[in-house]
Amino acid sequence: MTLIDLANPTKFLSLTARVLPWLTGATAIFLLVGFYQAAMAPDDYQQGATAKIMFVHVPNAWLAMFVWGVMSVAALGTLVWRHPLADVAAKAATPIGAAFTFLALVTGSLWGRPMWGTYWEWDARMTSVLILFLMYLGLMALWRAVDDPSRAARAAAVLTLVGALNLPIIKFSVDWWNTLHQPAAVLRMGGTSLDKAFLIPLLVMAVGFSLLFVTLHLAAMRNEILRRRVRSLQMMQASQQAA
Amino acid sequence: MTALAALIRRDIRIAVRVGGGALIGVLFFLTVTVLMPFAIGPDLALLTRLGPAILWFGALLASLLTLDRLFTADHEDGSLDLIVMGRAPLELACAAKALAHWLAAGLPLIVATPVLGLLLNLDATATAAVALTLLVGTPALTFTGMIGAALAVTLHRGGLLLAVLVLPLSIPVLIFGVAASQAAITGPLSFGTPFSILCALSLVSLVVGPFAAAASLRHGLD
Amino acid sequence: MSLGPHASFIVTSYALVAAIVLILIGWIAIDYRRQKERLRELEASGVTRRSGRQATDI
Repeated sequence: MTLIDLANPTKFLSLTARVLPWLTGATAIFLLVGFYQAAMAPDDYQQGATAKIMFVHVPNAWLAMFVWGVMSVAALGTLVWRHPLADVAAKAATPIGAAFTFLALVTGSLWGRPMWGTYWEWDARMTSVLILFLMYLGLMALWRAVDDPSRAARAAAVLTLVGALNLPIIKFSVDWWNTLHQPAAVLRMGGTSLDKAFLIPLLVMAVGFSLLFVTLHLAAMRNEILRRRVRSLQMMQASQQAA
Repeated sequence: MTALAALIRRDIRIAVRVGGGALIGVLFFLTVTVLMPFAIGPDLALLTRLGPAILWFGALLASLLTLDRLFTADHEDGSLDLIVMGRAPLELACAAKALAHWLAAGLPLIVATPVLGLLLNLDATATAAVALTLLVGTPALTFTGMIGAALAVTLHRGGLLLAVLVLPLSIPVLIFGVAASQAAITGPLSFGTPFSILCALSLVSLVVGPFAAAASLRHGLD
Repeated sequence: MSLGPHASFIVTSYALVAAIVLILIGWIAIDYRRQKERLRELEASGVTRRSGRQATDI
């Protein structure tokens, strides 16, 4: 089955129906194993048990950026190839990405409270993620503001790609701004290398959350296709009644 | 080329004649700056310290609010369709429109900056620094804002949605604009570094803005 | 396993993640059911797809 075959929504729906149960099972297994390993992981010598927040914080933060990447690919699909599924993929990904970004922010904030003594620090990473969250919300506002789905899809695609170009610049600016205002580095995980005892649960959790995203995304795409089918049927009904 | 020059001339003429919105932007800039001391108190020392930030914020909001009409007015009277169908590349036409908009609505903000600097107790160097950074930075605001304006016209929505979409994209310009002005006033950083980055941001937006706006017009208008 | 002095923060963050993920799942499941329901209603009222297939077909 190639990408062209998937352009047919009916084929995509039948594929989804076959794949979703397996994906759900794999997601559940990975998340459960990851949760068990995270619970069993040793305490960090500096942060104590608080470092356990890392196992949910880091996968969410990684997904927050990954989902924007998925939406950018979908945006290219919308603008360049006019792939019928690209609109659906972009729209379905936006609220899920926003949810992951929100979780990254909140878990980061809950991690920061015991570590820095404050819920919110204008730390470079957290500030960048906050801006990313704002951009997700803007994109969701755009999807909601327009009732014609293909018109909204093209506008959202342009905005997604502009955002993808801008995000590295924003990241760089915020880093620069942060070093300007806060010369003292905030406490973070010691060094760049993580101990195996932390790395393995983290990787399992990351895989689990990524699978969760794929599962939710496919299910949301299925909903979106059905929603469009409802819309076109309603339009046919309206025109039949008018005739 | 003549088509683009004609477009620029036309846009400027529309902006400054009766009914055009260019000068309202300056009035808004003035009003925001005058309101600021009421919020933070008439403490001159504090105002001096916050001055560049206040001026930059006012300019950001003023240029954003005037952008709303960049494509909408042309869409209403049908001339936008002519521009899209015209022989001049749409990217260049968008760039010309943004340039005209900046000349009509952006430049007056910079001219007004020294007067507002007086109100905020900024000395000559500080005022010059803010004016210079605004001169370099406002094109970036106009050209990124143009993307939002193009989206707004294809969606038939404007106002708040435009602001919500465009403001996060203007964060880098705001950071480096204010940082460069502060560096010129208080140091210890050299003025050159943030100023060069601000110039770079403007140049990037000069390229990205017209392409994105043209793409959104081409795909969105029907 | 002891969670140390900041146990409430750890538990809250895990609980929040679980809550938001469950809300997402619930929202998607309810949405699926609602779209199916609507398609069935439309089908019952006699509107057919151009392809002639069942609207609720997957």
